[in-house]
Amino acid sequence: MKLQISSRIAIFALLDLAAPPERQLAVAEIGAKYGVSSHHLAKVMQVLGRAGLVRAVRGARGGYQFSGNARRTTLLDVIELFEQLGPADADAEEPTDEGQVLHDVLVEIDDIARATLGSITLATLLKQVDRRRHGGPRTAAATG
Amino acid sequence: MAVKSAARAGAGTQAAAAGDKIAVRPARATDISQVAALDKRVTGLAKPDYWQQAFERYSAAPAHACSFLVAESREPSSRQPILGFILGEVRAWEFGSAPCGWVLALSVEPRARLHGVGQALFEAMAAEFKAAGVRQMRTMVARDNRLHLMFFRSEGMTAGPYLQLEKELD
Repeated sequence: MKLQISSRIAIFALLDLAAPPERQLAVAEIGAKYGVSSHHLAKVMQVLGRAGLVRAVRGARGGYQFSGNARRTTLLDVIELFEQLGPADADAEEPTDEGQVLHDVLVEIDDIARATLGSITLATLLKQVDRRRHGGPRTAAATG
Repeated sequence: MAVKSAARAGAGTQAAAAGDKIAVRPARATDISQVAALDKRVTGLAKPDYWQQAFERYSAAPAHACSFLVAESREPSSRQPILGFILGEVRAWEFGSAPCGWVLALSVEPRARLHGVGQALFEAMAAEFKAAGVRQMRTMVARDNRLHLMFFRSEGMTAGPYLQLEKELD
């Protein structure tokens, strides 16, 4: 599956800000790391701010701080701020039997994807990043 | 009577890494009523016979291959009931799978959550499985059980190579 760019940026920004929870970063710093324009990133940060995941810090060295709970904020929580996953209507009735069984299979796949994204927290991802940086397995089996 | 295992004697030490105040030890016969009560509180279903039979079966099983562990407070003054339990066993060649440690049940007292009890139990069970000679552990979680999924993910578990399939019988 592919994520929209805003979802990806949001996840990256949250990981950077939550790594040490009190870290404060400017939009330009995060944008430079991931090659994202400050304009686009600022819009993403506004959405994260409204969701209570980051807070703006004013002043000469202003920027953003993480204000959520990394052990309880999942990828699904973040992604759903920016895009809808899966079919628009899981209960939709298809006009043909063929269409309905195909729809049911796609809903099954989406359910699994949602369960997976809903089970991986920012804290788990940070552990995986840390382990990867320190020579752990590069597969998804890295310790969460 | 306590579930026997060579690694079980060291389970408390291994679990200490997850929390100095938590000890993990093999289940005793006197723990089973507490296990059943905790399970009932968490799941809403009473199944005392299941837990008693599991304890008896695991007590008679070879060391390491089957483990029934409980977590309790290390504080000497604490007389509180067990804080959680975990049940696991090594299974081989079912579904074509090489020997693997299965975590069949894990429960933590709700008021004791987020204090490392689950992690201590999980790590103690991993030590049991290693002592049994397997290098992989596996479990199954309801898709909508977000709390358990988050926990097992945080312990490094990921989707494995098998898909669980089922069918409603007419």
